[in-house]
Amino acid sequence: MTSRRSMLFVPGNNPAMVQTARLFGADVIILDLEDAVAPSEKDAARELVASALMAIDYGPAEKCVRLNGLDACCSEDLVDIVPSHPDLVMLPKVNRAEDIISLAGELDRHERPGQKRIGILAIIESPQGLAEVHEIANSHFRLMGLLLGAEDYTAMVGSTRTKEGAEIAVPRALVVNAAAAGDIESFDAVFTDANDEEGLLADTRLAKNMGFTGKAAVNPRQIKTINDTFNPSPAEIEQARRIVKALAQAEKEGSGVASVGGKMVDAPVAKRALNLMNLARKLGLAS
Amino acid sequence: MINYLGRDVPDYVEGYGKVKHYLGAFKTVPEGTAYGPPIKAASPRRSKFYPNLTDLFKGLGLKSGMTFSFHHHLRNGDQVVNMVLDTAAKLGLNDLAVSLTAAFPTHAPMIGHIKSGVVTSLRTSGVYGPLAAAISGGVLPKPVIFHSHGGRPRSLKSGELKVDVAIIAAPTADDRGNLSGAVGKSACGSLGYAFGDADHATHVVAVTDNLVDYPLLPASIGQNKVDHVVLVESLGDPQGIVSGTTKVTKDPVGLVIADLAAKAIKASGLLKNGFSFQTGAGGASLAAAHYVGQMMREAKVKGSFALGGITGYMVDMLEEGLFGNLYDVQSFDLESVRSMSRNPNHVEVSADLYANPFNSGCLVNDLDAVILGATEIDIDFNVNAITGSDGVLMGAAGGHPDTAAGAKMTVIVATLLRSRLPIVVDRVITATTPGETVDVLVTEYGLAVNPSRPDLKDRFVKAGLTVKDIHELKRLAEDLAGVPEKLTFDGPIVALVEYRDGTIIDTVRAAGQ
Repeated sequence: MTSRRSMLFVPGNNPAMVQTARLFGADVIILDLEDAVAPSEKDAARELVASALMAIDYGPAEKCVRLNGLDACCSEDLVDIVPSHPDLVMLPKVNRAEDIISLAGELDRHERPGQKRIGILAIIESPQGLAEVHEIANSHFRLMGLLLGAEDYTAMVGSTRTKEGAEIAVPRALVVNAAAAGDIESFDAVFTDANDEEGLLADTRLAKNMGFTGKAAVNPRQIKTINDTFNPSPAEIEQARRIVKALAQAEKEGSGVASVGGKMVDAPVAKRALNLMNLARKLGLAS
Repeated sequence: MINYLGRDVPDYVEGYGKVKHYLGAFKTVPEGTAYGPPIKAASPRRSKFYPNLTDLFKGLGLKSGMTFSFHHHLRNGDQVVNMVLDTAAKLGLNDLAVSLTAAFPTHAPMIGHIKSGVVTSLRTSGVYGPLAAAISGGVLPKPVIFHSHGGRPRSLKSGELKVDVAIIAAPTADDRGNLSGAVGKSACGSLGYAFGDADHATHVVAVTDNLVDYPLLPASIGQNKVDHVVLVESLGDPQGIVSGTTKVTKDPVGLVIADLAAKAIKASGLLKNGFSFQTGAGGASLAAAHYVGQMMREAKVKGSFALGGITGYMVDMLEEGLFGNLYDVQSFDLESVRSMSRNPNHVEVSADLYANPFNSGCLVNDLDAVILGATEIDIDFNVNAITGSDGVLMGAAGGHPDTAAGAKMTVIVATLLRSRLPIVVDRVITATTPGETVDVLVTEYGLAVNPSRPDLKDRFVKAGLTVKDIHELKRLAEDLAGVPEKLTFDGPIVALVEYRDGTIIDTVRAAGQ
């Protein structure tokens, strides 16, 4: 469990939004060079995003750039973007493990000696990408997480996108499972109706319950709901605290087995509790 | 001379006369006795009714050089000012002084009357649209006097503003001169700005497009104060009079500012039973009211009153019981118009009761918190509400200086950058509200507290709010946008900014053309 609860997409060709993106509490700010930018404006957007990465203090948020696809002008993006030190790059339309390996190779070539290594986020938004999602999740150590791209995916398989999201139940489960198996993060698809606050809350709760570690947003007004939902609840923190205490007690007593409420704490539960306490502390929700 | 606020204001201004200088927000005190109009008499069975404006002008013998007053309750839907000035021009009158409580784009035809000499001076709280640009360009022979909403009833009472003919646009009237804004096709709700005119003018004239049977009850202004009634086909465009439903902003940056402003009010300790509050009708101000409302609900706080220009949003808060009363000097939308006529706790008030500093107690003095906008604010917390960064007139003093002076906590909300220009500056181009009456600036990058309020700063820091020095906010804005080139204005004085106590706080010089 990491502190990447929310990621905010910001059009890379909109100076005002690029400048104000830090204000909304998103854990990851994604400066978008792909869908938000018309082909004729790619150059200008690259320049703006590269300058913003260097000039604007985004505070505790991680800086990510959504690149254009490998079949489009991804390579040109990297020439401008890598020297500007983003924390992460996001690759759209990832169909196979080789896509990530290829991007990682490009990053190797562009990063300067001593530069902090740039992580990769992959968007799974095609039937082929979903079919190969386990291989993708385990493709490269630079890969930090998977984002489900539900709009493109449903369009490609011919299903109808609904607010309830029954049509993406399986893709969601596959992405969560692949990410867990690869020990990376998983991010739920955006909820596109920025004015439906109740819909967003329900969709975000569902994502958290399914095991996603975070969720993407298209509108800054969605960030608070996403962060609040992914924040560990007081009950979760209390339970984790009990588990951690029991583990410490067991270790002190030289016992290999800890138990809480009469139930044995097995390894995955212990790991989850430790992660949750770390997250709660990082977010200032627990001491 | 350089006045108390460091503004360069001459001792004498052509077209205005000797200047009474600003000495501090509460330093100037009134002298003398109140001014009153001639004592009037109305004989039984004498008709007050005129079928049109031309007959009124001829019947009253209205002539050149007179002062005509108007209210702005019909806002951008108003056609009464244009009709009256057209009539005056047609009848050959000139050199008229106009006192219009605020001027809107709909009043652009006044430019023609100024150019032809029909109108030679103007008093107002604010000007929007083409007239604003024309005044900035120096179209008027005499400087415009910008007053606050509280300053105007003060000047009526002191006799500095002597009105010969008060034209009161009345959405409904009877032929004896009972007036109401609550009903009629041009309904505008409160007539609060016109009350003082009815008390002090030599001729009080109601202009209506909805003449009803006598008696009109309840009346906002009674027949004992109205001398004449004129029927016209239409007062103006209802679409421009009420803005429809006012909504909380969806602009994410506006919401960040509103959220922080509301948190500051909570942290101030003022948000408790009996809380009183004023905010503007803009989307971000309403958003702040929304967050304040949420906090009141959560903390089970029952407020005393909300004040000022009233919107449907404030009506909802009244009906929910978050506030016990609304004091309405101006109704911004249909919901507030309807509420005022049906809810006894939603009360129409005069500009005098609202904000006049020189009476026995105005309502702004009882405000806990007010949220206000700004076109600029300087590092001494002086606020500009009437000119843009280019020095051109674009806004209104309105109730800004009054509420800032009266409230326990005055919060200015503004985005740190507007159209690439920092709004925090070394020195505002025009000072309308003195920094000594402003407590907090809230921007999307954090808030700054006036050094005169260390108590508030302590509370905000303890509450974990992002508190910055105002110089730091200025630096941040300049880091993002660069330092704008300094503009200097050495053209003729086109306007004087009158503080609520009648002193001149600043001047506006020609700009933009």
